[in-house]
Amino acid sequence: MSEAKRNIPPRYRGPFSHIFSGRAHTVVLRSLYALKTSAWYIVLSGFFEPLFYLLAFGLGVGKLIDGVTGPAGQPIAYAAFIAPALLATSAMNGAFYDSTWNVYFKMRFARLYEGMLATSLGPMDVALGEIVYALLRGLVYSTGFLIVMYAMGLVLSPWGFLAVPAALVIAFGFSACGMAVTSYLKNFQEMDWLNFVMLPMFLFSATLYPITVYPPAIQLLVKALPLWHGVELIRHLTIGPPGMAVLGHLAYYAVMIAVGLTFTTRRLTKLFMS
Amino acid sequence: MNNNDEIMIRAEALTKKYGEFTAVDGINFSVKKGESFGLLGPNGAGKSTTMRMIAAVSKRSGGELTILGKDPDRDGPDIRAHLGVVPQTDNLDTEIKVKDNLYVYGRYFGLPGKFLREKSRDLLEFAQLTEKADAKVDTLSGGMKRRLTIARALINEPDILLLDEPTTGLDPQARHILWDRLFRLKEEGVTQVITTHYMDEAEQLCDRLIVIDQGKIMAEGSPAELIQRYSSREVAELRFGSDRNATAADKLADLGDRMEILPDRILIYADNGEAVLEAVASRGFKPLTSLVRRSSLEDVFLRLTGRSLVE
Ligand SMILES: Nc1ncnc2c1ncn2[C@@H]1O[C@H](COP(=O)(O)OP(=O)(O)O)[C@@H](O)[C@H]1O
Ligand SMILES: [Mg+2]
Repeated sequence: MSEAKRNIPPRYRGPFSHIFSGRAHTVVLRSLYALKTSAWYIVLSGFFEPLFYLLAFGLGVGKLIDGVTGPAGQPIAYAAFIAPALLATSAMNGAFYDSTWNVYFKMRFARLYEGMLATSLGPMDVALGEIVYALLRGLVYSTGFLIVMYAMGLVLSPWGFLAVPAALVIAFGFSACGMAVTSYLKNFQEMDWLNFVMLPMFLFSATLYPITVYPPAIQLLVKALPLWHGVELIRHLTIGPPGMAVLGHLAYYAVMIAVGLTFTTRRLTKLFMS
Repeated sequence: MNNNDEIMIRAEALTKKYGEFTAVDGINFSVKKGESFGLLGPNGAGKSTTMRMIAAVSKRSGGELTILGKDPDRDGPDIRAHLGVVPQTDNLDTEIKVKDNLYVYGRYFGLPGKFLREKSRDLLEFAQLTEKADAKVDTLSGGMKRRLTIARALINEPDILLLDEPTTGLDPQARHILWDRLFRLKEEGVTQVITTHYMDEAEQLCDRLIVIDQGKIMAEGSPAELIQRYSSREVAELRFGSDRNATAADKLADLGDRMEILPDRILIYADNGEAVLEAVASRGFKPLTSLVRRSSLEDVFLRLTGRSLVE
């Protein structure tokens, strides 16, 4: 065996150091290794799905529709109206799929986290690492989608490029909460309920038509949904103009991220370290 | 370095409760540097629970536990940095290659890539898996997976190696290969803690062990000491047929030091087993089968608890 005695580099020592060793990036690295062996068509489908929606609805259905307006009441093409919503939705779906089905499998069947937590990693490293990986995927998808939007002339505001970091914020919120919820689920039936929530959320969050079609009471309900905030956030950026409302939407996601991370870490600690 | 009395693990009144149920009930032991320390006991004795507390992934409910001089409640990640863990059920990463299982696991410890590449190559060789480096984990046999898990546990050059039932479920040949590997590690001075419910494994691998049952320590010592203390040198095993064992036992009760009556056989403990067989024959008893063997840890366990280790 090798003579070289290993030299463990110093680790993070600040607050939370009993559950966090500052090595979440090694969990991301693990996912990249796993990606090498995974099916590429599944990975790519995350990119093409919103694109197909954009072509079918934006160009197809869009031909029949006019009179759509942007955040400041300016008239815009229907495709330009739904493209940011689809970007937000794909950020949500990618992150949510990764942090629910994939995480569920690793947690309950592959015992992957049990192995990780036997090392000097803490539960917060694992939670953060998994979420950051989901974000990396989201980054690739949303960048690709935004490039298509530029090419189709659907980015109307000079702030449009900020849609990529905004999509990451959306993905972060959904993956933190998705992982937290998943850690409480006990079987696949319960997992199926998640789809039951996600599809209506996509359809009713003012994605394919303006929120003004709803009566005021329903509007309030829609405005409570996380996807609506994501859709509006990106609309402000790609259509413009970005107003103060952007900050409100970001704050909504900041809360989602904080709550999701807290519960995930707590739950991983309980499941694997008690 | 010559501090072989250095204490690596110390447990005092160590307790683990799951709700009302006490899985580990106030056990005391310590493990010295370089020692192979065993936890021998039947299923459900509390071995894995104890292991998980030592591995700093399960919080104790009571008592004291010090690992490498640190308290797992406070310094979990720092303790785990110096442990190698082989859990009862393999938890290899099936989504990545065999060699990446070692490399990536080493990265979790924060070890540098250059060190790990060389180290994983050495460990694959040690685990006799060099040919399988690029294979998927799913294609490995049970014994290979176990060896890979052990190799993985060694990636951080741990001060203590924790092995929870290392050979359960393996065929005899795979077990012997594994025992040989573990013996090599012992020669290299790696401190090992091993749980098992196989007495032959405990006899092969452990310098010293505790016998546990229902969360309590029944006895402690080296395998030879335990056998000497709790059993005789030899055992005569007699089978009269299940309906006649009890009546025969009545008439033979004065032979040897002690007798155990099991459903299928009678065990008579004595220094000289052949002499017992002769005495049985001279009283006119003709067992269906009989044999004389040396006492084992199985007999120690039977003596201490009145039950067999493997049911
Ligand atoms: N997470 C748990 N929750 C409740 N009971 C448990 C849990 N883990 C183990 N036990 C119980 O504790 C006892 C000891 O289990 P374990 O340590 O796995 O025994 P061994 O490894 O010696 O077979 C068993 O009765 C088992 O059912
Ligand atoms: Mg066990």
